[in-house]
Amino acid sequence: MAAHLKKRVYEEFTKVVQQQQEEIAAKKLRLTKPSKSAALHIDLCKATSPADALQYLLQFARKPVEAESVEGVVRILLEHYYKENDASVRLKIASLLGLLSKTSGFSPDCIMDDAINILQNEKSHQVLAQLLDALLAIGTKLPENQAIQMRLVDVACKHLTDTSHGVRNKCLQLLGNLGSLEKSVTKDAEGLAPRDVQKIIGDYFSDQDPRVRTAAIKAMLQLHERGLKLHQAIYNQACKLLSDDYEQVRSAAVQLIWVVSQLYPESIVPIPSSNEEIRLVDDAFGKICHMVSDGSWVVRVQAAKLLGSMEQVSSHFLEQTLDKKLMSDLRRKRTAHERAKELYSSGEFSSGRKWGDDAPKEEIDTGAVNLIESGACGAFVHGLEDEMFEVRIAAVEALCMLAQSSPSFAEKCLDFLVDMFNDEIEEVRLQSIHTMRKISNNITLREDQLDTVLAVLEDSSRDIREALHELLCCTNVSTKEGIHLALVELLKNLAKYPTDRDSIWKCLKFLGSRHPTLVLPLVPELLSTHPFFDTAEPDMDDPAYIAVLVLIFNAAKTCPTMPALFSDHTFRHYAYLRDSLSHLVPALRLPGRKLVSSAVSPNIVPHEDPSQQFLQQSLERVYSLQHLDPQGTQELLEFTIRDLQRLGELQSELAGVADFSATYLQCQLLLIKALQEKLWNVAAPLYLKQSDLASAAAKQIMEETYKMEFMYSGVENKQVVIIHHMRLQAKALQLIVTARTTRGVDPLFGMCEKFLQEVDFFQRCFIADLPHLQDSFVDKLLDLMPRLMTSKPAEVVKILQTMLRQSTFLHLPLPEQIHKASATIIEPAGESDNPLRFTSGLVVALDVDATLEHVQDPQSTVKVQVLYPDGQAQMIHPKPADFRNPGPGRHRLITQVYLSHTAWTEPCQVEVRLLLAYNSSARIPKSPWIEGGEVSPQVETSIEGTIPFSKPVKVYIMPKPARR
Amino acid sequence: AATLTPTPRAGAGQDVGRSCILVSVAGKNVMLDCGMHMGFNDDRRFPDFSYITQNGRLTDFLDCVIISHFHLDHCGALPYFSEMVGYDGPIYMTPPTQAICPILLEDYRKIAVDKKGEANFFTSQMIKDCMKKVVAVHLHQTVQVDDELEIKAYYAGHVLGAAMFQIKVGSESVVYTGDYNMTPDRHLGAAWIDRCRPNLLITESTYATTIRDSKRCRERDFLKKVHETVERGGKVLIPVFALGRAQELCILLETFWERMNLKAPIYFSTGLTEKANHYYKLFITWTNQKIRKTFVQRNMFEFKHIKAFDRAFADNPGPMVVFATPGMLHAGQSLQIFRKWAGNEKNMVIMPGYCVQGTVGHKILSGQRKLEMEGRQVLEVKMQVEYMSFSAHADAKGIMQLIGQAEPEHVLLVHGEAKKMEFLKQKIEQEFRVNCYMPANGETVTLPTSPSIPVGISLGLLKREMAQGMLPDAKRPRLLQGTLIMKDSNFRLVSSEQALKELGLAEHQLRFTCRVHLHDARKEQETVMRVYSHLKSILKDHCVQHLPDGSVTVESILIQAAAHSEDPGTKVLLVSWTYQDEELGSYLTSLLKKGLPQAPS
Repeated sequence: MAAHLKKRVYEEFTKVVQQQQEEIAAKKLRLTKPSKSAALHIDLCKATSPADALQYLLQFARKPVEAESVEGVVRILLEHYYKENDASVRLKIASLLGLLSKTSGFSPDCIMDDAINILQNEKSHQVLAQLLDALLAIGTKLPENQAIQMRLVDVACKHLTDTSHGVRNKCLQLLGNLGSLEKSVTKDAEGLAPRDVQKIIGDYFSDQDPRVRTAAIKAMLQLHERGLKLHQAIYNQACKLLSDDYEQVRSAAVQLIWVVSQLYPESIVPIPSSNEEIRLVDDAFGKICHMVSDGSWVVRVQAAKLLGSMEQVSSHFLEQTLDKKLMSDLRRKRTAHERAKELYSSGEFSSGRKWGDDAPKEEIDTGAVNLIESGACGAFVHGLEDEMFEVRIAAVEALCMLAQSSPSFAEKCLDFLVDMFNDEIEEVRLQSIHTMRKISNNITLREDQLDTVLAVLEDSSRDIREALHELLCCTNVSTKEGIHLALVELLKNLAKYPTDRDSIWKCLKFLGSRHPTLVLPLVPELLSTHPFFDTAEPDMDDPAYIAVLVLIFNAAKTCPTMPALFSDHTFRHYAYLRDSLSHLVPALRLPGRKLVSSAVSPNIVPHEDPSQQFLQQSLERVYSLQHLDPQGTQELLEFTIRDLQRLGELQSELAGVADFSATYLQCQLLLIKALQEKLWNVAAPLYLKQSDLASAAAKQIMEETYKMEFMYSGVENKQVVIIHHMRLQAKALQLIVTARTTRGVDPLFGMCEKFLQEVDFFQRCFIADLPHLQDSFVDKLLDLMPRLMTSKPAEVVKILQTMLRQSTFLHLPLPEQIHKASATIIEPAGESDNPLRFTSGLVVALDVDATLEHVQDPQSTVKVQVLYPDGQAQMIHPKPADFRNPGPGRHRLITQVYLSHTAWTEPCQVEVRLLLAYNSSARIPKSPWIEGGEVSPQVETSIEGTIPFSKPVKVYIMPKPARR
Repeated sequence: AATLTPTPRAGAGQDVGRSCILVSVAGKNVMLDCGMHMGFNDDRRFPDFSYITQNGRLTDFLDCVIISHFHLDHCGALPYFSEMVGYDGPIYMTPPTQAICPILLEDYRKIAVDKKGEANFFTSQMIKDCMKKVVAVHLHQTVQVDDELEIKAYYAGHVLGAAMFQIKVGSESVVYTGDYNMTPDRHLGAAWIDRCRPNLLITESTYATTIRDSKRCRERDFLKKVHETVERGGKVLIPVFALGRAQELCILLETFWERMNLKAPIYFSTGLTEKANHYYKLFITWTNQKIRKTFVQRNMFEFKHIKAFDRAFADNPGPMVVFATPGMLHAGQSLQIFRKWAGNEKNMVIMPGYCVQGTVGHKILSGQRKLEMEGRQVLEVKMQVEYMSFSAHADAKGIMQLIGQAEPEHVLLVHGEAKKMEFLKQKIEQEFRVNCYMPANGETVTLPTSPSIPVGISLGLLKREMAQGMLPDAKRPRLLQGTLIMKDSNFRLVSSEQALKELGLAEHQLRFTCRVHLHDARKEQETVMRVYSHLKSILKDHCVQHLPDGSVTVESILIQAAAHSEDPGTKVLLVSWTYQDEELGSYLTSLLKKGLPQAPS
């Protein structure tokens, strides 16, 4: 009975509620547009339990909302909010409010009052925090509106005393993001008392919750980022936070100290427990240095990084960072670095070891030794031998930046950098080599340092070796022994790793041209010439011999006395190398040969202006000639294309521009040619075959336009418009050709519709650029658009045909900087005769090593293609980590490609090449609504097509049948 | 007040050799380490356990034993202690220590019994029985030994599995560092401890007076020395403890050999290495970042160039590098090889660690070139003797760094030489302003602690108080009215109303009244007005009111003025307040007693 009663009660209850809801729903529907808001409202009203409502909200959040309906949605959400008892639903609504107010094109000031209103009655801390977050979103959306900002700041201050850390966090965040600058406070008082935001935030530096303390510091940093000048008083507060128990607080405090030290570098602060005073930046430097030995590695990384940017610090403090004041049994000890230097300067280097040369020297006054608080003392020594490689890398980077600004420090830190070459982690070694290269103009390597540096040449990692070669390119060596040592080690390296050939030659080229006077005394030894006897002529194809010659010839360029030491065959070899390796061997003024080489040399740089001028002129010529008869136009185009291509070959700086314009002209030429076809004059059914040319032209134009759009770096929007325009023309051509050659109207319907969609798409994407396209194909097309929409396919085709013929030739503006993407596969070299054997059905890994030039975002665009002899093609997506970036515009792809196939009877070659994948729809801006939500996967990863951009390399493979 | 009484037992005090420390924390007795002395061959090598309990069983007295790492000077006396003296309580150590410790003990036993023929030594069975009492503690794991005593392990970096231990009873805690290293090396990370603020930090101080050079120079130097000797065709002897430094040096040499493509053989003596290496391969999580990250590709402890040593190899011609145990050249294989090679000046011995006084290692390091061996034989040392400080102990800076990290109230130095400790003690006291002790062997230090007593506060009271004042003001102490109820060793702070209710008492009002005489010839009304304006000007934060009946109130404090019955020139101010307002009331009285400012009349 009781159960029955209970059931009745429930029944009645649910009935009542439902009725009520339906009523409201009906009312609401009339008020708002039949849009998302209505649907949401109905959903919400249908919800019988908080869990249901939450589900609806979650579903709703997956879809974007248009700017115009945002307000309606917000109203409905708010209405529901007032009724809702469940905190989790309110939380979701609050988060949606924040999300909605971020919608572009929507001004959230109208919902702010409501948001503040509901804030006042909210009890749940979590919801409060979320609401404040929404307010933050509103506030950041309206940066100009001072009154709103003031109000929000006021709200934040009110809730600062909340007991929940989450609410306080958000309040501080609000203050940091919206806290107004001082001057505007006085201007815009409006009854609200001006608040000292910095003071309020500063009070929370001593909050009981570490998260709030962190938020307070972050808010302060945010104020700084927004351009508010922080008070110097904050410095002392921040210093206290350095000894906080929590790492995130310490980490943020380090940042704050750094900021203040950059703001007030020259202020004077007292040293506690003494009456001395020092500059603030020095004091801050000392404090941050101290944090390099913090207990938490996060803080250590932070501190080490920031040290690098404190360039105003006094040199006295800076040099302390490398000095650890060693002692042993209370006696002063010299570091190994000092000892090495002394040994070297006394000329005793590598004379064998002496017993006890590291014996401690003078006694130390026990009172004077300061074991901790010695500020900057040894900070880098600690940082460089830290446990975590992240800290070591940060320390190396900091060293690099400081050394770049201070030559004397560069000299001092050299020893430490050299030591880092032997770090156990490769990244650290690499980083320190790069660092050394960056500061190389400030330093000269001592012989013992060079010795350590060169030892790394034997490293098995190619990256390290190549980085080292680049370092050697720009190093100053002090003695001729040093040069000799470097050469010997490089040759050793060459013998061990023959693939390093090019890099080593390049390195020796610079080494020679940098140190002509040091190479001079070495020449007889290096060429093994003898004053009386003729020696055997060395093998010209020996890479080691070429390496020596490269060094000598480059040194001889600025040392006219050197050629006198050459023997006959050296001159012959010179002539040979000058031709075969002209980029490595410079033109020499040789006795008896009057500048033979310089005349031949293409390396003599012609003035830039003439060639640039030539380029401009030839292009202008083409653009001005659009109204000539087709025959003349074609010829002119052909000539110009040829000229441009040749220019590109000769002038490497202009290659990008020349190729780019040549490709464009080529497209135009193809289009003209296609329109000249007889096909157009004759009845369609008769000329089926000839249409081949026209459709091939259309296809090729399409391909070329994709190349133009995606293979060049530095293409700007105005070029993209032209390229798309050209593509549109090609599509029109294709449509016409198809219309002419196919019978029946049905397939045409679809094609026409698709084409018109494309036109529409073009218009939407490039609406801003349309005024520049006066008189063009598209311009006319858009004029006729309404007519086209309603016409039949045959009519459309006719219109298109006439328009294509009438359309003018668009001028392609040249971009400032344009480079063609190119790729060279270094490995596999494709020379091996030994097939790669593996069991069929299993995989074999093929190492691929390639250099990429001027490729934007190679991680997502560059793919590897493998073509099997049976025509099967396989596309491999390399991992993002496989790409390295050795220099601006250059990338290096080192990856492994897995090959597999069924068994073959004999070895055969597969082709490996690199592809550039493109996706033209990627240019469309994405909606900001979906943040972190599911992004439709096909938009992100789809590949519309690929352009091969490297020469294919053949690899000999042999899948063997599996043995049973 | 409770006390902490750490007593360094026989060795750990101002000495390096046997570590054994007895700590009493709030009535709990814990023994830290149980080491032996390498330099002695008689009774002196083990700690004097009879000291702990004059009579009675050890198990009854000790709550637990903690072993910090597997070096024999920290765990060598364990089987003797547990099996021969008799201890059945728990023994705590980390899993790597637990795995490697018995191997070392067994090796040590073999040398002592089989080689030297000592009697009255522990047996293999005793080692096994002893290890059965061991409980493993993982890093940062808190182990509840009994209801009150808990211990927690931190990474110490000294050798594989070395740990620092926090011993905590109630609110009192002691941290024992064992041996630790603050600079990471080729196979281990650096010691780390959180800011646990113990009452006492017991730290080793082997390198109390040394600040070491960067480890990179040390490594380079070591490799250079070895490389040069090998190129000369000489033999290199590196005496090591089987485990610990040896592995670091092996990794160092192994990678160097690989890089430089050297062919000279490297040998590692004693069979126990393979077993131990096996554990090194297993306990990857205890090693440094590099090994942890790369072990998937290749476990760094799988050596390619290092082979097992056979006794016959020592006479082979040509260069070679041999790692031999023990590390201080006092016995065993390293001493044998040393004797063979000492005569040739091409050879070299590299001492990579600390040597205890009395060992051959210590003698040759201090420059002695003629050694008296057993049987009155004199050995002339012609080979080069090098010392490379590869010992993984924290240097003075490292010790200071650890103290800075842990922020203890007191520091106690052990495991070092008295003279050096004196210096460090002075530094610690000067820079951290904490008390520092350095007891000698057998000496007991008693430290008073001020234990904090937790008091529960009722939520209602707390909220009421919080609602009154501004929240974020940690610096200024706040006065809080409440009643402390002590019931069954349980403290609670509740509001007075609730206390009254709980105790069933009626509330009494308590009022303080005070008369203040003021010289003022004017009328009472005027005096009151003056008092009012005076208080109003001073007490800006408080609510000062002038009531129509001629009295003044400050918050709930009442002030009335009346003419003095005898002297009309004097007015009597009656100040009255309840005990809740005691602070303000007494302040007001003192203020009024100073008199009123002379108003311009």
